[in-house]
Parts: sequence; structure tokens; C-alpha cells
Amino acid sequence: MKKITLSSLFSQLLLLIFVIAWIAPTFGLFISSLRDKDVLAISGWWTSFATTEVNEIYRTEGKDAQVKEGDYYFIKSNLFGEDKGKQIFRFGVTSKNIDEYQVGESALFKDGTEITVLENGDYIWKSQEEFKKKKGKRVFVSAKSPPSFTLDNYKEVLFKEGLGQAFLNTFAVALPSTLIPLIICSFFAYALTWMKFYGRDILLATIIASLVVPLQMSLIPILTIYNDFGALFGVAAKSYPGIWMAHTGFGLASTTFLLWNFLKSLPQEMMEAAKVDGATHYDTFIKIVVPLSIPAFASIFILQFLWVWNDLLVGLVFLDKHPSEIILTAKLKELLGSRGENWEILTTGAFVSMTVPLFIFFSLQRYFIRGLVAGSIKG
Amino acid sequence: MANVTLKNIRKNYDKTEVIHGVDLDINSGEFMVFVGPSGCGKSTLLRMIAGLEDITEGEISIGGEIVNKIIAAERGVAMVFQSYALYPHMTVFDNMAFALKQAKTPVDEIQRRVTEAAKILQIENLFERLPKQLSGGQRQRVAIGRAIVRDPKVFLFDEPLSNLDAALRVQTRIEIAKLHNQLTATMIYVTHDQVEAMTLADRIVVINQGIIEQVGTPVELYNSPKNQFVAEFIGSPKMNMINLQDKRSLNLKNLNLPSEASKIGIRPEHINLANHESHKLRGTVRHIENLGEHLLCYVNLEMNSEITAKLDVNSDIRVNEIINLKWHQDHQHFFDSMGFSLN
Repeated sequence: MKKITLSSLFSQLLLLIFVIAWIAPTFGLFISSLRDKDVLAISGWWTSFATTEVNEIYRTEGKDAQVKEGDYYFIKSNLFGEDKGKQIFRFGVTSKNIDEYQVGESALFKDGTEITVLENGDYIWKSQEEFKKKKGKRVFVSAKSPPSFTLDNYKEVLFKEGLGQAFLNTFAVALPSTLIPLIICSFFAYALTWMKFYGRDILLATIIASLVVPLQMSLIPILTIYNDFGALFGVAAKSYPGIWMAHTGFGLASTTFLLWNFLKSLPQEMMEAAKVDGATHYDTFIKIVVPLSIPAFASIFILQFLWVWNDLLVGLVFLDKHPSEIILTAKLKELLGSRGENWEILTTGAFVSMTVPLFIFFSLQRYFIRGLVAGSIKG
Repeated sequence: MANVTLKNIRKNYDKTEVIHGVDLDINSGEFMVFVGPSGCGKSTLLRMIAGLEDITEGEISIGGEIVNKIIAAERGVAMVFQSYALYPHMTVFDNMAFALKQAKTPVDEIQRRVTEAAKILQIENLFERLPKQLSGGQRQRVAIGRAIVRDPKVFLFDEPLSNLDAALRVQTRIEIAKLHNQLTATMIYVTHDQVEAMTLADRIVVINQGIIEQVGTPVELYNSPKNQFVAEFIGSPKMNMINLQDKRSLNLKNLNLPSEASKIGIRPEHINLANHESHKLRGTVRHIENLGEHLLCYVNLEMNSEITAKLDVNSDIRVNEIINLKWHQDHQHFFDSMGFSLN
């Protein structure tokens, strides 16, 4: 049994706080995205598991639905359209007194017609004369709403609001912008670590130094240069290759640095053994270094992918805002401006954009195993 | 099989010279051991022969061909590293076949040669394992196997046993000796352990601070070391050096002292107890180690020097006792003030 010390208790506690601080909003976001948009607007996600009381307005059907039985005309239908599991306990027919009647009681409209509303939303509207209006009348209900979740928000967001397209666009940006620097930098880091050439140390120092240059500072100059070059070859100012290059450029220094750090840790004698065995640098890289670097590649892939996926600034600068190019973060920002009060769209959109990083992380994290080099050298 | 010749080899790291002009002829089929204290340059020398280090000055030739400009893979050498340096993601078979695959050897030829080498080392049943599933001794066999499959002209061993435990080290040492008899290839073996050097070598090269102190068979080095360094380095426990000025401890009668001699060297195993009349040396016992087959007795002389004597287990001595010691005249070595042997 491990001894519980104050510091271990403290670290456990800290971990718990971190877990809660991360899980709670994520979970809330997820629940919210699954809730009905009307309920979402008036109550917090934590109330969604309990039955709540809601006041709602529905409209009855118009004259087209009437049937004549005996002397009376009837309209029989359900206020909710379909049974949603809500239980009505009071209802009213005027906005001044929305809970005037018990369920099952008959209420009188001003025009003398009579309506009876049942618990499940069924109503019978009775009139002595023929119904003449196309529109029905408003009915106010107070109902108990059981917990209910729906995928409607996802349908709406993905297919109607164009977030689905933005999702694909972000993929089109993120995948090449992650893979290109990874490929370039793995070669580069190998050369920096295991090849001897003049100026190697200066090159390395330059890379480390360039880590401190903030992206925001170099963004516009780079865009200008890119546009000037693009104009020379007739390439559009804003296009996917442009943003791929931009992300590659911004990721180059950190990716190289991280990989260099990892490659340095490979045993030197193993590299020498490969040399004696007749492997060129290229062979050594492909056949020995790459298979052993999978954990490093995976972690760098995650880092760079998340960075590109969550990026807004570079995406805004290097890509247009029309539907075929807009990225997820830019689209969300746009929705926030135009549909800021529609929480169901924002929560769902946010959760959609979160799923991919989560998926990437959980599917690659098994490569984070240490000790893949075990067995080459003593121990 | 090929002979290896080193001509005036020098090596600089930046501006520091670490190998100061080494000349050496290694005969075809010979088992040559480079031995010396750590940092003496023996590994650097081996790595220069392997092609892993640039040669600053001088010429190395293998089989009569100067290899200074030839890359490691084409020198016809195979190297066994101290840390085994196996490829951790490849099976034992792939590890051994790697060099042959690089050389684009036909598949059935690879199969044949790897199986053959595995048979010699008795590791055929390990083919499908990964290095991490092997014990230290098995890894070392695979590393040796990887060298054998290439059928090299010269085998290079860089302290191959230093990561093994004592029992395994002795066993593997014997296997390497057997392997040499079986393959009759030229082998160059670097070690800091003089026991390995003595047991394995046809000839030993003693290296110190980037120069060769002496080259010779194990027996030559043991019996007639050229200087004090070799004398002290070869043999365990090391040879005692007694200052001839220490007249109170030494009985200089009948020593046939050469006039320039400043030190006398006697190996611990050549020292025996003596009676008061015939003694040549006298000192106080400081410490006794009983190794079962003999006693290691640490004796303090005057002038603050200490010597070690390997005495019979039944010797009746105690700590702090003053004892008389002697040795046979054939086993004494005289050294001048520069440390050169006068024998």
C-alpha cells in the first residue's frame, strides 16, 4: 500500500480539480447540444435530468381539420403534434391568464367555442357553427416536461448552417498542414542530429531562436510575400496551398526542435551499426529511425493537429469566407455574431469542433508508450 | 582473412591530439587485443579501422588496400558494439539479415548465411524474437551473429563483454575464443580488462595516452614488460613497485642491482614468506584478504609504500605483524628512473 503523504494528497487533489475543471464544461456543452432549443434558452443543462415545469404556447389547427358530428363541429388533434411525453397540468386561452383551467376542464373562447385539453396534449375543440378561420387559436399550457434529448440540433447545425462543410474544410486544412511539416521536419531533424555538416550548430541555434518569434508578428509580412509570389504565377491570393504553406512555416521550428530532441536520444552505437552494415543516411532514416520514432511522430502529430484545428487567426488571414473555404472556427465566430442568441447552434457547433481533437487524441495516445527503443542496448 | 596495417596514425579532436602516431601490423588471422585504461584511445583506434572516425593523419590498410577514403560498409569489416546496438524494432532474423539486405544479397543466400551463423551461435530458435525479449547474453550473441553473416575480412569487437555479468562474461569469452578458431578470421578486440586480453589474444597491444607502450604475446608482456606501465597493467593484482631508496625495508644483498635502477618490480604471486636470515623485504601487515585458494596480504613498507603479496592460505600471519618476505631472482624486474625496464 502506498503511503499517503501530504504532497501526494495535494497532487491528487489538484488532479481532481483539473479533471473537474475540464470535464464539467465539456459535459455541459455536450448535454446542452442535445437539448431542445426552447428548453435550452430558459434553463441550465444541469436541470435537464429532472422533470421541469414549462409554460408554452401552441396553436390549434384551423378549419381544414374540422369534422361535423351531429349538430356540432369538432376539431380533434394534439397540441404537440406528436406525443413528446410532456404532461400538461393547467392551460389557458388568454395571455392574461395562462393557467386558468385544470386539464380536462372546458374553456370558453371569446367567440363562444369550447375547448377541452387533456394531459397528453389531445384537445377537442367544439363549436356550434362551422369553423371559418384558416388559422387556429392560441392555447397556453403549463406542462411537466420529462428529460428529453434530441439530435435535431446536430441535424440543423451540420446540414442547414453549413457547419458540415466548414468541418470538411478544416480537415482539408489541418491534415496537410500537419503531415507536411512532420515529413519535412523529420528529415531535417535527422540531418541536424546524425549528419555532420558545416554550420549545423548555427542552424540549430537559429531554429531555437526562431521559436520566440510570435506568429502574429510575422503573419501579415508572410501574407504579402505569398501574394506577391502568387501574383507572379497567377495563383489566387487565398487558397488551400497558401494556408498549408503558412501552417507548415509556423510549425517548422517547434516540430524540428521537438523531433531533434527525440532523435538525439536514439543510441549512437545503433546508428553506427547501421553505418557499418552498409546503410546510407537515407536507409538509416527510413528503415531504422522512422519505425522507432512513431511515438514522437504521434505526439507531434497531435500537437500540430490541435494547433491547426483550433487556429482562427491564420485561417482568417489565408482563407476566404465563402462556404467552400471557411474553416470551423471562423464559421463558429460568424455564427456567434449573427446567431449569438441561438445557443443550440453554438453549443452544438462547439461540440462538433471538439470531437475531432478528442478522437485524434484518444486514438493516438496508445503510441505514447515509452521504451520502444528497449532491447537495442543494454538493460 | 586479411592483415591490417596502421602507419603513423594520428587523430585530432579539434586541436587536441588523442592518438600520437601509432604503427602496427596485425597479421592475417591473428587475434589482436587492444588494452589500456579508459580514455587511452584504444576505442578511437578501433573506430578508425572500422571507418566510424576520420583519420587525421597516417594510413590504414586492410588486406594491402589503403582504406582511409573507403566508407565503413565497404572495408570488409564487421563490428560488435559494447551496447550490442541491435535494431530494437526488428526480429533477430532481420537484425542479422540487415547488412545482407542492404547489400542486395539474394533471399535464399540470406536465409542460408543467417541460418549458418545462427547455428554456430546456437540462436536458431530465437529468430522470431525481438531484442527486448532476449537476455543480455542472447543479445550479445545476436550482435556477434550480425557480424558473422557478413563474412568480413576483419572482426572488430569494442568491449563486447563489459555489459555482461561475471559468469556470462567468462562463458562468452570462451565462445569468442572458439569462434576465432572456427572462423580463422582476423579479429581486433578492444578491452580495458587485462584478463580478457590475456586469455583471448594471440598478441596484445598495450595503449596508454594515445601511444603504444608494448606489443607482444600475453606471455611476453607478463614476463618481460618493457616499462613500468605495462608491468603494472598486465597481471592481477598488479605488480608491486618498490623504491630502491627504501633501504630499511629492502635487503639489497644478492640482488644484482643494475647501476641505473631506481625501482624493483615483483608480482604478488612471486612473493613468499621468508625467515629472518633469507629475507629480502620486511614490512607490517595492514590487511589480509582470504580468497580461499590464497591470501592477499597488504604489507606496508617504510617510506609509505604498500605492496601486495599472494601467500599460501596456511601462512600463519596476522594483521599488524611484522613479516619477512622473499622472491626468486628470475621474477624481479628493474626499472630506471624514467620507468623503462632494465632486464
